[in-house]
Amino acid sequence: MTLNTNSSTKYVLESTDFQQLIDVLVGIGYRVIGPTFDHNAVIYDDITAVTDLPIGWTDEQDAATYRLSRRSDEAFFGYVIAPQSWKKFLYPSQVRLWQAALSNGSFEILPDSEKPEPMAFIGVRSCELHAIAIQDRVFIEGEYVDPTYHAHRENLFIVAVNCGQAGGTCFCTSVNTGPKVEAGYDLALTEVIDHETHYFVVEVGTERGQHVLEQLPVRTADKREAKLPKTITDQAAHQIKRHLNTDGIKELLYTNSENPRWDEIATRCLTCANCTMVCPTCFCTTVEDVSDLTGQQAERIRKWDSCFTMDFSYIHGGSVRYTSKSRYRQWMTHKLATWIDQFGTLGCVGCGRCITWCPVGIDITAELEAIRQTKAKGETIKEGSDENIG
Amino acid sequence: MINLTPQLTTQQLTDPMQPEPFRVKRVMKESYDTFTLEMEPVNSERLFTFAPGQFNMLYIFGVGEIPISISGDPNQPAMLVHTTRIVGAVTKAMSKLKTGDVLGVRGPFGTGWPVSAAKGCDVVLVAGGIGLAPLRPVLYQMLAHRDRYGKVVLLYGCRSPEDILFRKELEKWRARFDLEIFVTVDYGDSDWHGNVGVVTKLIPKAPFDALNTVAMVCGPEVMMRFTAIELQKRGVQGEAIALSMERNMKCAIGLCGHCQFGPTFICKDGPVFTYPQLQSWLAQWEI
Ligand SMILES: Cc1cc2nc3c(=O)[nH]c(=O)nc-3n(C[C@H](O)[C@H](O)[C@H](O)COP(=O)(O)OP(=O)(O)OC[C@H]3O[C@@H](n4cnc5c(N)ncnc54)[C@H](O)[C@@H]3O)c2cc1C
Ligand code: SF4
Ligand code: SF4
Ligand code: FES
Repeated sequence: MTLNTNSSTKYVLESTDFQQLIDVLVGIGYRVIGPTFDHNAVIYDDITAVTDLPIGWTDEQDAATYRLSRRSDEAFFGYVIAPQSWKKFLYPSQVRLWQAALSNGSFEILPDSEKPEPMAFIGVRSCELHAIAIQDRVFIEGEYVDPTYHAHRENLFIVAVNCGQAGGTCFCTSVNTGPKVEAGYDLALTEVIDHETHYFVVEVGTERGQHVLEQLPVRTADKREAKLPKTITDQAAHQIKRHLNTDGIKELLYTNSENPRWDEIATRCLTCANCTMVCPTCFCTTVEDVSDLTGQQAERIRKWDSCFTMDFSYIHGGSVRYTSKSRYRQWMTHKLATWIDQFGTLGCVGCGRCITWCPVGIDITAELEAIRQTKAKGETIKEGSDENIG
Repeated sequence: MINLTPQLTTQQLTDPMQPEPFRVKRVMKESYDTFTLEMEPVNSERLFTFAPGQFNMLYIFGVGEIPISISGDPNQPAMLVHTTRIVGAVTKAMSKLKTGDVLGVRGPFGTGWPVSAAKGCDVVLVAGGIGLAPLRPVLYQMLAHRDRYGKVVLLYGCRSPEDILFRKELEKWRARFDLEIFVTVDYGDSDWHGNVGVVTKLIPKAPFDALNTVAMVCGPEVMMRFTAIELQKRGVQGEAIALSMERNMKCAIGLCGHCQFGPTFICKDGPVFTYPQLQSWLAQWEI
């Protein structure tokens, strides 16, 4: 992907012309996906019309709290983020990897002819762009490439939308993932509503984006309008309440596997796996091998899995991580420490979903701080050593 | 900040999650619960080259897929050999395979034992139970190039005399003057006149020059940890000790997340590691 040379020019698309953006993308052949209003939640789903968007709704998020409420305006993207991330489209929660049939005393893998439709996402937030970039590292930039993810990702068109407000559980500013989108998009929009006007400032990230832009009734943004993406996202940044202190984060967790805080968390954590399901970077899966009743046909299904389940670490004789304490520790240590060694980045983009959707309101930012403080007080940091075990 | 533009590659031609059919040529019973399969590819003349210590994902049609180390001779790549202990659903189904039956194979995956690094050194192999299977290719390799190594010692621990694997081969090898084999069992029987006790007890007296030794250890995790400690007490350097780790595995290609052990993915960064790579994690519980 090459950046357009004039990428600094910004444009204005009136809200009344927004339908044309959807239509142009549909016309090119994209399956267009964006936020929809589903009574209780904002859900990323197929859209064909502006009226599919959650117009005039916002989300109130806090630990273990999510509710939609009316805004005083008719904003199209007036919420912060949807409960479920975009990963469900790039890396579906259930896919058939292959089918096989017995023949001539052997078996044959039957080709799956399904080629995924190219998709266009409208409404990707900055933290979500980073989450996609992190999954790119996992699925297509390593030694082995995941063909399903690759096929979906290859033709993905991204219309990012800057955040005009922060959510109650966000902390993107702590991990440098937002709120302003900086790269990784084809088009980026900033929604502007003041007095009688409602329009979008449009920035172009790629040639593909430029090509789409050229088919839209846009005008060049004036100086004041061109500054709005920064002004508006700065306002959102100021509203962020939570903070994750990333100083020496890897060493902190690598040296605190025995911190007493893990026991305390275990008294609350239900190991329900919600946090891993909503997390936009969590990528673990399991496979199920099944056959039909005749035993002639078999298939392998891949499903999202979670390190919070007992089965996850099962080997003959029992599960390796049999306590909830070790499972929460595994999750948080992976997100905030081992991920750095594995993929050169944190496994957390600060979207706050795990905090919102934890039924008991466990907050990753608060827990990290508690571990730091327990250590600071020097309560008990006894490193396991070979000599004193067994 | 990380690069937000995807680095798409199209190098990988075949899907690494698709098993290839292999036909069973021979089934050998090693003990009451352990068997060896020899197999060949159904559709190709593929020579199955591998490094000792690598493993395959073996698929029983419609039942499931599990990681099993290659236990055969790396110099005989026409025949793929696996030795498996029955412990659950898939291994049980695998034990029912007969000559002519077909199973799926993906691999080989993972890192191998430090066989070349051991050149010019004494070599001590420490195996516990089924852990002898992943080490057997090392023995084949070393015996084929015996002059490259100093003393070669195998320390092998089993639950009981009935659990001893590759008995005939061990007896044959024991007759050689250039290979020392010591076997110990947890529980003897009236016919057993050998060592009784854990395998680590064999280490203090085993004949190798600790300062010039490469050790390769495979067995249950606790056994490997204590073996590494004993070997270091004898003077073997931590860097000269290799271990083969085991975790649940659903993909073997670093994508399913199951096999993580601290920052490592055992399937692609291992299964064979040097002791210092894992030491701090092995000392912790439930990693
Ligand atoms: C790298 C590697 C090499 C191995 N080499 C050998 C070998 O050479 N010979 C041998 O007999 N065994 C070996 N094992 C162990 C073997 O994979 C398990 O015994 C096997 O997965 C058990 O499957 P099951 O369905 O019979 O058991 P169940 O208990 O029914 O297992 C259910 C599922 O749990 C998982 N599982 C259970 N036990 C283990 C285990 N010990 N390790 C990993 N996953 C497990 C598997 O995904 C399995 O499908 C190896 C394991 C690894 C990771
Ligand atoms: S760990 Fe929580 S805050 Fe971080 S990316 Fe995942 S869901 Fe979002
Ligand atoms: S931290 Fe919360 S969401 Fe995650 S498993 Fe525990 S109870 Fe469930
Ligand atoms: S087995 Fe799937 S990541 Fe290692």
